[in-house]
Amino acid sequence: MTFPLVSLVTFLPGVAGLALLFVPRRAAHVLRPAGLLVAIVTFVLSLPLYFGFDSEIIGYQFEEQLRWMPTLGASYHVGVDGISLLLVLLTTFLMPLALASAWGSIEDRIKEFIATMLILETGMLGVFVSLDLFLFYVFWEAMLIPMYFVIGVWGGPNRIYAAVKFVLYTMVGSLLMLIAILALYYQYGGATGRYTFDLPVLTQYVMAPGRAQNLMFLAFALAFAIKVPLFPFHTWLPDAHVEAPTAGSVILAGVLLKMGTYGFLRFCLPLFPDASMTFGPLVFALAVIGVIYGAWVSTVQPDMKKLVAYSSVSHLGFVMLGLFTLNQQGLVGGLIQMVNHGLSTGALFLMVGMIYERRHSRLITDFGGLWQVVPAFSALFLVVTLSSLGLPGLNGFVGEFLILLGAFQRSPLTAALATTGIIFAAVYMLWMYQRVIFGPITHEANRRLPDLTTREWAVLVPVLVLIVWIGVYPAAFTGKTETTIEALIAQIQAKTGASR
Amino acid sequence: MDAIVFPQVLLGPLAPTLVVLAAGAIVLVLDLVRRPLPRELPAMVALAGMVGALLATVMRWSTPGRAFRDMVVLDNFALFFNVVICYAGALVVLLSMDYLRRTGTESGEYWALVLFSTSGMMLMAAAGDLIVVFLALELMSLSLYVLAGLFKRELVSSEAAMKYFLLGAFASSFLLYGIALIYGATGTTNLDRIAAAVASKPRDPLFMIGLGLMMVGFGFKISSVPFHMWVPDVYQGAPTSVTALIATGSKAGAFAALIRVLMVTLRGVPPDWAALLWAMAAVTMTVGNVVALAQSNLKRMLAYSSIAHVGYMLVGLVAGGVGGAGSVLFYLLTYTFTTAGAFGVITLCERARGEAVEVADYAGLARRHPILAATLTLFLLSLVGIPPLAGFVGKFYVFGAAVRAGYIWLAVIGVLNSAAAAYYYLRIIVYMYMREPEGAATTYASSFAGGLALAIALVGIVLLGVMPAPFVDLAQAAVAPLLR
Repeated sequence: MTFPLVSLVTFLPGVAGLALLFVPRRAAHVLRPAGLLVAIVTFVLSLPLYFGFDSEIIGYQFEEQLRWMPTLGASYHVGVDGISLLLVLLTTFLMPLALASAWGSIEDRIKEFIATMLILETGMLGVFVSLDLFLFYVFWEAMLIPMYFVIGVWGGPNRIYAAVKFVLYTMVGSLLMLIAILALYYQYGGATGRYTFDLPVLTQYVMAPGRAQNLMFLAFALAFAIKVPLFPFHTWLPDAHVEAPTAGSVILAGVLLKMGTYGFLRFCLPLFPDASMTFGPLVFALAVIGVIYGAWVSTVQPDMKKLVAYSSVSHLGFVMLGLFTLNQQGLVGGLIQMVNHGLSTGALFLMVGMIYERRHSRLITDFGGLWQVVPAFSALFLVVTLSSLGLPGLNGFVGEFLILLGAFQRSPLTAALATTGIIFAAVYMLWMYQRVIFGPITHEANRRLPDLTTREWAVLVPVLVLIVWIGVYPAAFTGKTETTIEALIAQIQAKTGASR
Repeated sequence: MDAIVFPQVLLGPLAPTLVVLAAGAIVLVLDLVRRPLPRELPAMVALAGMVGALLATVMRWSTPGRAFRDMVVLDNFALFFNVVICYAGALVVLLSMDYLRRTGTESGEYWALVLFSTSGMMLMAAAGDLIVVFLALELMSLSLYVLAGLFKRELVSSEAAMKYFLLGAFASSFLLYGIALIYGATGTTNLDRIAAAVASKPRDPLFMIGLGLMMVGFGFKISSVPFHMWVPDVYQGAPTSVTALIATGSKAGAFAALIRVLMVTLRGVPPDWAALLWAMAAVTMTVGNVVALAQSNLKRMLAYSSIAHVGYMLVGLVAGGVGGAGSVLFYLLTYTFTTAGAFGVITLCERARGEAVEVADYAGLARRHPILAATLTLFLLSLVGIPPLAGFVGKFYVFGAAVRAGYIWLAVIGVLNSAAAAYYYLRIIVYMYMREPEGAATTYASSFAGGLALAIALVGIVLLGVMPAPFVDLAQAAVAPLLR
């Protein structure tokens, strides 16, 4: 029995979060440092996953399997591979930053806030490391509730509407997925006599193409498409983002949306390869619509946070495009782009939050000329903006380039249309930057804004380091995923070949 | 002339029920004692009765017994239900102790009636004969009619009792008429012998009509649509502790009898009746959830939600077989803990003008009573079916059984209903956590016994959610002997 590193990383934040709930009121001043410390320790503990991960090995590493419900065929089975590794690290990396960003902005019920965020982290990590469909579903649903509280309790004026919409939207999709999970379970059990929810076992199963596979694919895809969100299932996203507190937005954009694309990669493609081929063009079309639509709608947003929210629709459209190219470049690009989006958009939300804390406004027209007042903020904001629009040398370019390379092989027209999304990204990001940062100072209130504090520097620098690192030397990250992606493609091809 | 042969009297299979009945009798006698007795004594006797019955049940596990010419069948099926019913009874006793004192309705007959109705529920689960089904059902119901009207000075309570009694009596007569027709068709009231008669002559119209009429009676007691009209008024008007008993124990007892009658008598015939149950399940869960969306009174909302949960349980019954019926048993176990807990929280919340029953009364509860609010939140999330709480596992098995049996669309209707239901459960959480109180605040009526009951229920829903496997196996093992 090896050291249960994955379980430790997964459950440490949640258990610590529950423990923090018992901190008495007079000791409230330890809550913020304690919560941050837990998140940092979790991140440090997750680093051995990266350094100990052997990128040559196909399959799961750091695997743990314990008996849980033997008569049902569900077990506690966790592990990481090239797909989940980066997302686990992204989660543990963003959580300390999110908590640090809430240091000054959240005063009300701080104990519950920190506990909720840490429990949320356990839920998200659980989704990424689960190798058992039952376990996965438990984490997938359980994670909804802490996010619901984060939006609903600590959010903006319209928070209750946004929180309930978020939960109901997600639940409809995931409950249909539950039916598909059950159908898959019984179909596999009926065909082989072995009833199991174990993912590595189920992915070996070659399902006959046809109606059953298509329906199961659609049920899974609906749950994931809502989470991504793929056009036209994106309408919960702007509400949730705008109302959520900064820390919630960072986690929502940085990690939660990735759970949707991760689901496609982990479940839809290997379990239902024929249906993925069949519905590939549809997903392609929706992804491209999302890319362009998201960009256009972003352009006209008066609210910076809403602009960033809609840009997520566009960026995630790119990721979906990459995944459904079903070739090496597209898939690796899609996976890297998930990480990039988490970093860039997370940083954008952090910086919009910082400016909101100073001015209590997010409207673009309330700003202008910030370059003269807060030069350090403006400089870092520029880097993040450029990263988000995909400037070569920064992280966004790598992912988008690989995705377009993959998409071009599949459909040159789609690639061409998607490329316009990058152009519009430059339009809406730079135009927003120009109106906020350049020009004369139009509002007196902006004259006395303080520049970045030490705490804010500490929050932003780690993200910027990664943004540049991925941009300059992407192989440090793509290298971990390539073997897994190759194996995935080979598996899809073998399965679709076998069933023809 | 034949001598009259007295059947051998075997009280062993009746032991758990007798413990409860004896406790009820003791409480009644205590009420006659003139010397002042400790106030807590009747409640303690009632609690001892429930716990004693629980122990007697657990001790007899896997030692099936029959008595009175197969009229009472104490197999694992009955024992499983006894556990559910005794737990519900014990929780209700704990919840009632301080609740009754606060509302000034403490009396010996309350405890006796709770015990008698509980023994009726337990007997229903063990009934091997239609006559016993009817007797047990009446024992349970008559006690509950009186309990519903306990708040004599309140109009809603009297209305609840009256409505419950009139409609209940009507339903009982349907049941009795059905029993009479089945007796006419098969010449017996014993379930095993009915099964043999039905197998030799399937699709006998007289039997089918009889069974249909019985279904009306059972449909009333489990509160499935379209026999649910009494539910909101009775749940709202009855004292909340009694509501908890009606919502959990009486439902468990009625389901026990329904499952046994259907499973045993229709053992050897093709499952024609599944189509009827299919429609009943779909309509019950949809109506329950849709109407619950519009409620502003928490007790009324939970009443409609309990109707919806009956719909989910019927889904498991439609699926049939060991898996389907077993999932219903497990669901009832999770449902009992959750619902008793949710009503239990209401008994602990009070306002200046009485109980806190409006959803708006719970606004801002999380600020002043964070533990109570968190407890209610967990019960509500379990009712929604959020893992890792018991309600999720219950739904998982019920819908799993439906998918396995090929009723995919029924399962889809079920999950869409669950998503819609999330809205009204979350609304209470919204009030507790995300709104500030208006007007006078709701206060927490401190109660050790009530807190203990909530703690037991809370441990139950977490344990059943995280480690469900052994309990599911027990539920399926309990159903297996019915199908043989």
